[in-house]
Amino acid sequence: MADPAGVVLWAGAALVFGPLLGAVVVYLLPGRRFEARLCLALSAAALVPLAGLSATVFVHGVQEFTFGGHATPLGIAFSVDGLALAMLWLTGLVMFACHLYVTGWLPGESGFRAGEFRALVLLLWGGLNALFCSADLFNLYVTLEIVSLIGVALVVFARGAGALRAALRYLLFALTGSLFYLLGVALIYADTGVLSFAELRAAAPAGGTAAIALAAMTAGLAVKAALFPVHAWLPPAHAAAPSPASALLSALVAKAAAYLLIRLWLGPFAALGGPGLLQGLGAVGLAGIVYASVQALRQTRLKGVIAYSTVAQLGYFLLLLPMASLAAWQGVAYHGLSHGLAKAALFLAAGNLIRVAGSDRLEDLGRAEPLLGSSLLAMALAGVSLAGLPPSGGFVGKWWLIQAALESGQWWWAAGIAAGGLLGAAYVFRVLRHALSNAPAPAQPGTLTAGMVWSPVLLAVAAFVLGFTGNILAPLLAVGAPGSGS
Amino acid sequence: MPIYALTAGLLFAVGLYGVLGRSELLHRLLGTNLMASAIFLYLVVIAADGAGEPDPVPQAMVLTGIVIAVSLTAFGLILIRYFHALGTRRTLEEEEDPDG
Repeated sequence: MADPAGVVLWAGAALVFGPLLGAVVVYLLPGRRFEARLCLALSAAALVPLAGLSATVFVHGVQEFTFGGHATPLGIAFSVDGLALAMLWLTGLVMFACHLYVTGWLPGESGFRAGEFRALVLLLWGGLNALFCSADLFNLYVTLEIVSLIGVALVVFARGAGALRAALRYLLFALTGSLFYLLGVALIYADTGVLSFAELRAAAPAGGTAAIALAAMTAGLAVKAALFPVHAWLPPAHAAAPSPASALLSALVAKAAAYLLIRLWLGPFAALGGPGLLQGLGAVGLAGIVYASVQALRQTRLKGVIAYSTVAQLGYFLLLLPMASLAAWQGVAYHGLSHGLAKAALFLAAGNLIRVAGSDRLEDLGRAEPLLGSSLLAMALAGVSLAGLPPSGGFVGKWWLIQAALESGQWWWAAGIAAGGLLGAAYVFRVLRHALSNAPAPAQPGTLTAGMVWSPVLLAVAAFVLGFTGNILAPLLAVGAPGSGS
Repeated sequence: MPIYALTAGLLFAVGLYGVLGRSELLHRLLGTNLMASAIFLYLVVIAADGAGEPDPVPQAMVLTGIVIAVSLTAFGLILIRYFHALGTRRTLEEEEDPDG
């Protein structure tokens, strides 16, 4: 095998700079066919660095490196472990499906600038890859801002006052959240004089300043991840965005902030989390699961249901904090992976249903039923995973979490996770009941292309297949888990 | 130099009030600007703290932060202009279901 340090350096650089350069090319050289081919080729080519990175991490453990030979604090520290890999793979797969979908979706939307949309999506991909690998507080701030800026821009692609209002609210929330995060970073630097995770672990900040800093960063990230009770911006923004953008926002962008939250609490700041505090954060997560699921049950529009479901599913990330065992870590990583695939599948399938039925009201969905077998199949498969029913990736993730809760003697989390799954099943089946209600077909149904039909199926099947690969992926996800010694 | 750090804290609070307490969109965007400036001020204070040469790392953070703040403000201003162009409303208060 090649030199592992060289492999990770090249793979890391390719995953961050490949999409960024691609975005510039797509923006400068417009052309519908060329754009589509370039974007699909880039997402497919990402398999090479992803596979190289995964193999190296699996064989040699967590990979930490800095770019360009500059040492910290001026160099940019990257660190790739099992959880980061899971998120990188998820991002790549969702990006591929999204480009496939957009290829068919765009010609029908008037006034939609395909090249600009694709360029933004590529920038988002580069930003997310950098975010998942960064191990430096300030660099994380930069990547967070890249990701939110593009997230807001993607919402505006759906024209109209409603989308603009949702986007502006999203922007103001996201900006405030980032600034709280940045305040935390400044306080940490004042306290310790270091920013990279490795040096922070060594410095083990534990004083009052560090506690205030962690509180500020947590508040900021909670706003960006739309964790209950600071979730108000997410449902309107994700529901108003064009469907492929909603898929990216729900599956990846909001999750990125939740991902950072658990990284901080279980990584450099683990010393600050007392048991009572961690139980409290878990309780906030559980409250979010219950509240957002109930809200999802009360929505009258399809994308509203799916967007509230995102708020609910992000709550599971906080449940990791009070348990913090290997099984819980693997469970949350698996949950993040399968939720990302299932949620992207749901939004893409929802885009198809809405286009054919000509409306996103739940009671009108039955109109699309005779025309859309495969999108409904995707929706049902993704819904099963979202509700955590076997056999699906969502089931495996929740099952591991429940096991972790019972092993650590915290039965109340197990009960909460089970209740969350039940509520999830309720809102999923409510959507399916409406979709299968056999209303008369619309006079002029919208048309779909093969890319639009098959991309949600691809994602939903992937989420379903994750239900059978738990034991295969578990060792990879365990690499770098807190307390595993590596 | 606690006076500078206190000023930064006060600015941050004023900015936060601007974002959360006001409803006019431009005020809210300027509020985020104030919050950012407060953090930049604090970072410069950290850099100058202690004897000898100032620490370059917080200064590099401020420079990067300014670039980000300028871009986000410009983007926010464009969105606000479009929003104003679509109607006379200057706040985000909900009206009746916009597309129903």
